[in-house]
Amino acid sequence: MVFASTSHALPVYILDYGLLAILVIVAFAIIRVRSLFAIVMLQGVYSLVCAAWFVSLDAVDVAFTEAAVGAGVSTVLMLSAMLLADCRSAPVPISRQIGPLVIVIIAGMAMLYAVGDMPAYGSATSPANSYVGMDYLERTAKEIHIPNVVTAVLASYRGYDTFGETVVIFAAGLGVLLLLGLNGNAGRWEACPNGQCVSDSDSVASIEQSGSLASSREGETKPSKLKTKGADDA
Amino acid sequence: MRDPHILLRVVSKFLIPLIALFAFYVQFHGDYGPGGGFQAGVILAASVILYGLVFGIAATKTAFPPSWIRIGMTLGVLLYGGTGVLSFLLGGEFLNYSVFSHNPSHGQHYGILAVELGVLCTVASVMVAIFYAFGSRQPGVPNIENANEDG
Repeated sequence: MVFASTSHALPVYILDYGLLAILVIVAFAIIRVRSLFAIVMLQGVYSLVCAAWFVSLDAVDVAFTEAAVGAGVSTVLMLSAMLLADCRSAPVPISRQIGPLVIVIIAGMAMLYAVGDMPAYGSATSPANSYVGMDYLERTAKEIHIPNVVTAVLASYRGYDTFGETVVIFAAGLGVLLLLGLNGNAGRWEACPNGQCVSDSDSVASIEQSGSLASSREGETKPSKLKTKGADDA
Repeated sequence: MRDPHILLRVVSKFLIPLIALFAFYVQFHGDYGPGGGFQAGVILAASVILYGLVFGIAATKTAFPPSWIRIGMTLGVLLYGGTGVLSFLLGGEFLNYSVFSHNPSHGQHYGILAVELGVLCTVASVMVAIFYAFGSRQPGVPNIENANEDG
């Protein structure tokens, strides 16, 4: 997992370049397609191909995360965000495309310029393989006794960083709960996606299939229902 | 009228427990193979989200009540921070797990287990929270084909 494969045979080259070519094709498709549904699906495809490419580069943990987050959850989240907006993106006039194009070309050329300074793939003298990385590889076997060095670095040697990440995710969830609530702004909202107006009364009717909002609010006849409702609203 | 999604419902009912089980495999096998709390949390949330996509958000909220979310995301951070504080109280540095056992490497195992469990709780809860927040505002899936013809 951590040690790069030394023999780089022809099939590996074909796999790497094939996957990269698919990535480029999917990226162009995302730019050209106007249907937002197709774009969301193509982004999922992009993430999945990325994950396959990471596996071919022996970065299994990263590939795992990319497949789970990029191709799985974020596709669903983009889809649910898309359903609140429009189904098609509006075409952008050429005059407004020139500025971004110039920026992309300059950034791309800067990256191409930097490629010359990168170490060869799997090189023993690369920064990742020479300083603190090798130290972790040696010390994990002696100090922690677990085979997956990535987990050891993530949870033990770099425990502070992972703590920070967890707090960031917690803060993101807190922001979503404060802004939207678990029930779509705590039941008081109105949205007009695709010319179809919906308000809180519609959603409550669909969520509480038996019994209307009024009966669950004033009636003590359904204590369990009332409890769930209170938990949702808070 | 017969349910047009009967096949989807039957297949996902079979798959959802397996996805949740796989999440726990990824969680507890993270020391030996690829994976860990973050990936496991996302996979666990994906099983809940799949249930929500197939059976509707109302049924999902009875299966995975929204009150669990606030408890889960807070508990995760507290578990992570609490592990650090506990190691602090036992005489080590913050998040130095070696003090949890007489054998330092065993202590590291326990510490990593506790910390990854905290990450799992927070990540799974927050992912489901975001899905609930957006999913509860849906007017129902519009007909994509018709929308395309209009635009």
